[in-house]
Amino acid sequence: MVKTKSSSIIGKIIIYALLILLAFLMLVPFAWMLSASVKYNKDVFSFPMKWIPDEFIWENYSTIWTRIPLLTFILNTFKLTIIVTVLQVLTSSFAAYAFSKLRFKGRNALFLGYIGTIAVPWQAYMVPQFMMMREFHLNNTHLAIICLQAFSAFGVFLMRQFYEGIPDELCEAARIDGLSEYGIYRRIMLPLSLPAISTLVIFTFVTTWNDFLGPLIYLNSTDLKTVQLGLRMFITQYSSDYNLIMAASVVSLIPVLIVFLALQKYFVQGVASSGLKG
Amino acid sequence: MPSQANKSAAAAATPVKKRGMKKETREALIAYSFIAPNFIGFCVFTLVPVIFAFVLAFMEWDGVHAAKFIGLDNFIRMASDPNFKAAFVHTIVYVIGTVPTTIICALALAILLNQKIFARNFFRTVSFFPYVASLVAVAAVWNMLFNPSMGPVNQFLASLGVENLPKWAAGNDTAMLTVIMFSVWKNMGYYMVIFLAGLQGTNPELYEAASLDGANKWQQFWNVTLPQLAPTTFFVTIMVVIQSFKVYNEVYMITQGGPGTSTLVLVYQIYNEAFIGTPEYGYASALSMVLFLLVLAVTIIQFKAGEDKDAPKKKKHAKKAA
Repeated sequence: MVKTKSSSIIGKIIIYALLILLAFLMLVPFAWMLSASVKYNKDVFSFPMKWIPDEFIWENYSTIWTRIPLLTFILNTFKLTIIVTVLQVLTSSFAAYAFSKLRFKGRNALFLGYIGTIAVPWQAYMVPQFMMMREFHLNNTHLAIICLQAFSAFGVFLMRQFYEGIPDELCEAARIDGLSEYGIYRRIMLPLSLPAISTLVIFTFVTTWNDFLGPLIYLNSTDLKTVQLGLRMFITQYSSDYNLIMAASVVSLIPVLIVFLALQKYFVQGVASSGLKG
Repeated sequence: MPSQANKSAAAAATPVKKRGMKKETREALIAYSFIAPNFIGFCVFTLVPVIFAFVLAFMEWDGVHAAKFIGLDNFIRMASDPNFKAAFVHTIVYVIGTVPTTIICALALAILLNQKIFARNFFRTVSFFPYVASLVAVAAVWNMLFNPSMGPVNQFLASLGVENLPKWAAGNDTAMLTVIMFSVWKNMGYYMVIFLAGLQGTNPELYEAASLDGANKWQQFWNVTLPQLAPTTFFVTIMVVIQSFKVYNEVYMITQGGPGTSTLVLVYQIYNEAFIGTPEYGYASALSMVLFLLVLAVTIIQFKAGEDKDAPKKKKHAKKAA
């Protein structure tokens, strides 16, 4: 008895030691970023380092807006991210409903086609996709980014997996009550699939907000660029203004942090119930 | 737009039925109307380019002059292209370095964060945050932390008395290691969430039975946890492998493919051939085909290897459903 108790205490100590190490590894870069963003540039790399500077240089956060059109970049990214996320969630959940709850000819073949393309990396067809968009005169427009991000097979797959877990009897009962398929989708499936939708919103929001290669290929004009491109531009142009780079980085992280924290309680549930575990 | 058009098409289909349209046809029309908005976008912007990519791989095209069919010349050219050799080898090295490390770290994290511990949600959020954080921003921090001359990591190592401080992203030998470390740190939180979801589906009775039989924690992990997690591990492995073959951003942000060509990877070369200097769309597409075939081959091998393990898993699922 005594032996198990002491060994369980040792176990606890090991677990918490690991947790502290984990939090340290995960958070230190962010803490360092925050700390450097309110320092004088000359103090960023001072050793031994001070986590909390003697003097907070809040001007760093006002200077960055004058060095590059950061506000334009942020608004562009918001616009793209919101449109892509709304389109993605609507069209995916719509299609997923048919794949999961309706019977029609060619359902399995069509779904297999969808799944097949998940395995084809985007990077393998980005070149012909770019040339096609150029033919449509969509290069250097936001529409190009929207078109290539909004209709992913992944969203359909994720939503369908979740709908599979909702009993068919529920839809049958609604049909007998005279609800149309569109009514069932809107009144029953959408409200029930909140965890899956949250998961998809997080994924889509994060992917679009953080996308780099897509905007790099398609957006050339400065007034169209996204935060990621802008930040990269900033880093290249002012490569030794470390404090400003860190301040701009902090600003670029905030929107994602807000969305993530707002939706994260649904997240593990969403991943679990959408059967991403295969 | 397409969604509205299809809705009205389906609405039009409903009265038609009263004039005697078959129930099945009507149902199929409704189903297609659900799928159409996504499927049309998917066809135009994904399926067509995928097919186009296969054709382009056998052509020579700079985007200005007419495209010319050149058969297998693009692929023959690869054999004598030192950049391709470098990119191919580095992609494989990156995959081998990243896949097992990511899976082991993610699994360890998930098991740790599945315990009944204080502030569990905080720790889960913390481990997931690097995945959602903007790549450009976190890469900027990494580059500063691992700055060979001024960075805190090397300052710390120096204070411990380490000589020959590693040059990290700037060193020929350490550049790839730096990229791999960064990728694992950035992405393991995502796979941890999937493992967590898998762990929550495990059967607690099996652990009770195992501990009654005198199995210690380590034995329980090998004989109860791992077998139950097999489907999750399979899924995660496939995802990590595919993601790793596609690596580009991490390399671009940390090393720009350098120093020299020491971290040049396939997607980096594809981008360079197509978008830097004179465009070589045909050659870039041929390189894309190599990437695609690599991913396809490895995925098929994994599915074949997973088949034997799959059989008992399906039985278990059937039992659960019953």
